[in-house]
Amino acid sequence: MDASQEPLPPVIYTMENKPIVTCAGDQNLFTSVYPTLSQQLPREPMEWRRSYGRAPKMIHLESNFVQFKEELLPKEGNKALLTFPFLHIYWTECCVSIREGRKRGGMAQSCSCVSSLLRKKEGRRRKEMDAQDSSSCGTVALCMESLSQIVCSCLCRCVVLSDPLKDSSRTQESWNAFLTKLRTLLLMSFTKNLGKFEDDMRTLREKRTEPGWSFCEYFMVQEELAFVFEMLQQFEDALVQYDELDALFSQYVVNFGAGDGANWLTFFCQPVKSWNGLILRKPIDMEKRESIQRREATLLDLRSYLFSRQCTLLLFLQRPWEVAQRALELLHNCVQELKLLEVSVPPGALDCWVFLSCLEVLQRIEGCCDRAQIDSNIAHTVGLWSYATEKLKSLGYLCGLVSEKGPNSEDLNRTVDLLAGLGAERPETANTAQSPYKKLKEALSSVEAFEKHYLDLSHATIEMYTSIGRIRSAKFVGKDLAEFYMRKKAPQKAEIYLQGALKNYLAEGWALPITHTRKQLAECQKHLGQIENYLQTSSLLASDCHLTEEERKHFCQEILDFASQPSDSPGHKIVLPMHSFAQLRDLHFDPSNAVVHVGGVLSIEITMYSQMPVPVHVEQIVVNVHFIFSDIAYPAKEPGTYTLRQLCASVGSVWFVLPHIYPIVQYDVYSQEPQLHVEPLADSLLAGIPQKVKFTVTTGHYTIKNGDSLQLSNAEAMLFLCPVESRAVVYSNTREQSSDAALRIQSSDKVTSISLPTAPAYHVIEFELEVLSLPSAPALGGESDMLGTPEPHRKHKDKQKTGHCMVTTDHKVSIDCPWSIYSTVIALTFSVPFRTTHALLSSGTRKYVQVCVENLSELDFQLSDSYLVDTRNSTDLQLVPLNTQSQQHIHSQQSLFFVWELTWTEEPPPPLHCRFSVGFSPASEEQLSVSLKPYTYEFQVENFFTLYNVKAEISPPSGMEYCRTGSLCSLEVLITRLSDLLEVDKDEALTESDEHFSTKLMYEVVDNSSNWAVCGKSCGVISMPVAAQATHRVHMEVMPLFAGYLPLPDVKLFKYLPHHSAHSSQLDADSWIENDSLSVDKHGDEPPDSSSLKSRGSMQSVCSGEHKGLPMPRLQALPAGQVFNSSSGTQVLVIPSQDDHVLEVSVT
Amino acid sequence: MAVCVAVIAKENYPLYIRSTLTENELKFHYMVHTSLDVVDEKISAMGKALVDQRELYLGLLYPTEDYKVYGYVTNSKVKFVMVVDSSNTALRDNEIRSMFRKLHNSYTDVMCNPFYNPGDRIQSRAFDNMVTSMMIQVC
Repeated sequence: MDASQEPLPPVIYTMENKPIVTCAGDQNLFTSVYPTLSQQLPREPMEWRRSYGRAPKMIHLESNFVQFKEELLPKEGNKALLTFPFLHIYWTECCVSIREGRKRGGMAQSCSCVSSLLRKKEGRRRKEMDAQDSSSCGTVALCMESLSQIVCSCLCRCVVLSDPLKDSSRTQESWNAFLTKLRTLLLMSFTKNLGKFEDDMRTLREKRTEPGWSFCEYFMVQEELAFVFEMLQQFEDALVQYDELDALFSQYVVNFGAGDGANWLTFFCQPVKSWNGLILRKPIDMEKRESIQRREATLLDLRSYLFSRQCTLLLFLQRPWEVAQRALELLHNCVQELKLLEVSVPPGALDCWVFLSCLEVLQRIEGCCDRAQIDSNIAHTVGLWSYATEKLKSLGYLCGLVSEKGPNSEDLNRTVDLLAGLGAERPETANTAQSPYKKLKEALSSVEAFEKHYLDLSHATIEMYTSIGRIRSAKFVGKDLAEFYMRKKAPQKAEIYLQGALKNYLAEGWALPITHTRKQLAECQKHLGQIENYLQTSSLLASDCHLTEEERKHFCQEILDFASQPSDSPGHKIVLPMHSFAQLRDLHFDPSNAVVHVGGVLSIEITMYSQMPVPVHVEQIVVNVHFIFSDIAYPAKEPGTYTLRQLCASVGSVWFVLPHIYPIVQYDVYSQEPQLHVEPLADSLLAGIPQKVKFTVTTGHYTIKNGDSLQLSNAEAMLFLCPVESRAVVYSNTREQSSDAALRIQSSDKVTSISLPTAPAYHVIEFELEVLSLPSAPALGGESDMLGTPEPHRKHKDKQKTGHCMVTTDHKVSIDCPWSIYSTVIALTFSVPFRTTHALLSSGTRKYVQVCVENLSELDFQLSDSYLVDTRNSTDLQLVPLNTQSQQHIHSQQSLFFVWELTWTEEPPPPLHCRFSVGFSPASEEQLSVSLKPYTYEFQVENFFTLYNVKAEISPPSGMEYCRTGSLCSLEVLITRLSDLLEVDKDEALTESDEHFSTKLMYEVVDNSSNWAVCGKSCGVISMPVAAQATHRVHMEVMPLFAGYLPLPDVKLFKYLPHHSAHSSQLDADSWIENDSLSVDKHGDEPPDSSSLKSRGSMQSVCSGEHKGLPMPRLQALPAGQVFNSSSGTQVLVIPSQDDHVLEVSVT
Repeated sequence: MAVCVAVIAKENYPLYIRSTLTENELKFHYMVHTSLDVVDEKISAMGKALVDQRELYLGLLYPTEDYKVYGYVTNSKVKFVMVVDSSNTALRDNEIRSMFRKLHNSYTDVMCNPFYNPGDRIQSRAFDNMVTSMMIQVC
């Protein structure tokens, strides 16, 4: 029976402790109600109101009911709370009423009990409860009494429990009332006693500055409070007590570090002799607690004990992750505190302690959480894993377990010392296979075991970091691991970790870690024999400004050493990126437009900035174009656009390659076909005189060899002239003169051959030649135009342009070039510099031929040796030149006239076919090398023999001396036939009667200048006898309209052709009447001396007649030479009329 | 005071990092870089909870035996990381906060300089002087 158990066990597991309630009185009675009591008491929670404004709490009360003994009463100065009897109950059975019972023995017994309490002179409360069942014999009397209130309040502390062992509603009711009372009284007792305890504790704490104050003593006091809270399952409150102790201690340490030392603290500064880590598997580590109590605890002991208590409470509170977090803080803190307090710690001891502690915490947490919980809270625990790994690593280094050779004797001694500090394994973990203790001991036992444990831990840590996304931390642990592997001469395992870390640092641009990791990687790669990778890393390091000059030189030298080694396999190159070796600063093309012809040379100027710490001799720098290696200056092969892709600098067998040149650098290569251009030097070429023409041969891709020549097929009317001193000049592609040579020309009848000077491809050859377009060949009579149009005609089917009013001639020359099987046809256009017209002049029956030469060109010419010859050589005709000068100058845009008198021996003279020729040469030029052909002009003149003489005469009115304006004057026209019947008269107008011939003529008086008004008929048809000296007179009246010397009106004579012709039968008479007007083809505005008039007029007349189809008589103008107006040019004086008024006369 | 001060760009490369002891420089670089793990974690956790409160101070990122690493993140996700010697117990949370605020103000001044390109390394002398004032003077 619990209630009677004695002696009380010492306080060990506070969870099993319950507040002590002492019992006295009827023991049997109590025994009978005890089961119900202990079961029912914690069932209902009670609200516990707290002092100091602390929040009220609901609390389930339990109690440890023990039999009252004097020894249970706290002794003087004993501050133990756990063993403190909070309540005393006196039990008694009674059948009498409450009052009676009180008066009788119950009260007396109760009082005797109280007196014994009083004797103890305890300053504590005693409560006595008296309960009496007044109704039945099974009545139980309880008495509770507080010492101070024993008299006044004892009555209200009596509770009667009726028939406690029966099962009735009344019993139940009385139980409830009893339990409520009991709980209330218990809580009152707690409040009072704990309040008093806390006050005492505070008082004690306030004395902490006094000499002789002991932290350990105070620790025990406050822990007592914590125990009570824990006992009451107020873990939060209990934890607060420990946290306060923790903070208090920490503050002391800090103050101690600041020089404000407390004596008692020196006690904790004793050298660390044991480092067996935290013990978390027991709720209370009594061993450590006692050492604190005995004031023998070291700092680590105190900290370990404190933490183990905090851990226990946190686990009760279901806060395992806080344990992990606090553990890490604690471990760091302890290390700091030992440093601060300058506690002597054997090397490695702390590492052992931390390692063991980390694992202990982790195992403790794992022991109370399931896997899923642990996995989802790695973030809280991974710090401990990492810390343990770190510590094991440093232990390994310390104990010589990481070196290749294994530990030496010194290392072994150190290991033995460390293991000794661990002591023996604690009994609670003795049966655990993977206990921290066993792990550490094993890890330190051999190189292999260490490696296994270290790798396990490292991998676990890396995996955990990775799983929660702490990549950087994982890489950092990985780097430690790599270091380990390097020490173990396993670079192949180290590489992946170094690469992983480096990649991470590179991605985030952390220069110093990059440099450091690269250095490690370089060593690793060197050990692995990864020459290419090693050299690449070395080149990066050699250009790394975060390294010292010596280190950079070292890595540069590594590259140079390798580069200078004779390669095992010649041609095998190590390709490294260039950016670390050198930077491309500048790139220039020459020519700068980066355009070059096929086979041409393009130079590239490259400026590079070396990043190496020492001068490096670069053997060759190569630009990679389209992935074809070629020299810096190299001939371009194919036309197109080329891109510079890569840059490669070679140092021995090492190539530094810039994989991309950016921005894109391009150049163009073009190809050109050979070409020949022929163009005049002047704006236009003039025919007849030598003209300069420039020949340009663009060689393009063709190379002119010795013996290559241009073969010109000679045009018939064009000559190529070669000045003796003419030279051909060869220019380079950039128009720089490269050479010149005399031009050799050979001409035969058909072909002119021009030997070209040798010239390389993409050069230009230029030379000048003179061309001479021959004037028209003499026109043959048969070929002359039947209409006698005197325009020059060509034997070629020339296009005749009148652009500058100059007649042009095209000459086509076919040239065979050495580079092509096809001929090049060159067209040259020449302009004839002159325009020539001719005229027939008459004077009575004498005839003259006039030729007018008009210079249309811009040049001045010298004309000489003009001739007019009859091409038929008829003996009847003679041409007598009337020109005086044999040489004449004709300026630009001027005209010259030449006149010949035409005489004949036999009448009538035959038609004249003649050719005018005149020699010409440019006036400015000195002696020409070639004799020039004269300019010729052919024409013909016919029907120039004078048949009629027309004479007009105006005489003033009779009785007047002069003609007057406004008065009628007589006009007499005298038409005289000068010859007998001639061949030309034989036409339709000729009529024959009695062997006398006559022809019909129509005269017309026209005054174009409106000087005269013709009164009456101005025209008429006459019948003219065809006989010499036959004369016809016509008289009419005219009136002068102006005063002065007035020219006579023109008298025109036409041949009047009857309408009866081949077509006339088809025509009816009416149309004749209706179309009264004559169809007269008048050519008053035409020059009368134009020989073309006759034929053209007649043609048009015929045409119009035919076209209209009318039976009209036709008029035919007589050729100018056939009519001579002897009165032309005469004038008659007209004086003004005397009256002033103006006479208006209208003439219809 | 601080033994290492770092300003880290949104993309996690250092804009500025300075430490007192040159021999420990590399160690601090590693430490600050590793602390970004926790910064990232805290920022993503903060995403929901702390955005409204405009709390920029991230608190203790992680302690080591010898140093404590604190973090702070600006609204533009630029991070400030400060390493403090663990033995320097005088530095409480409030002091750290005010140091970060000072750092933030100075950083803002740097950003206000029209000649500073955001994202470039900070080379401002004023900023440097301010950091110096926050560091332990090592004789």
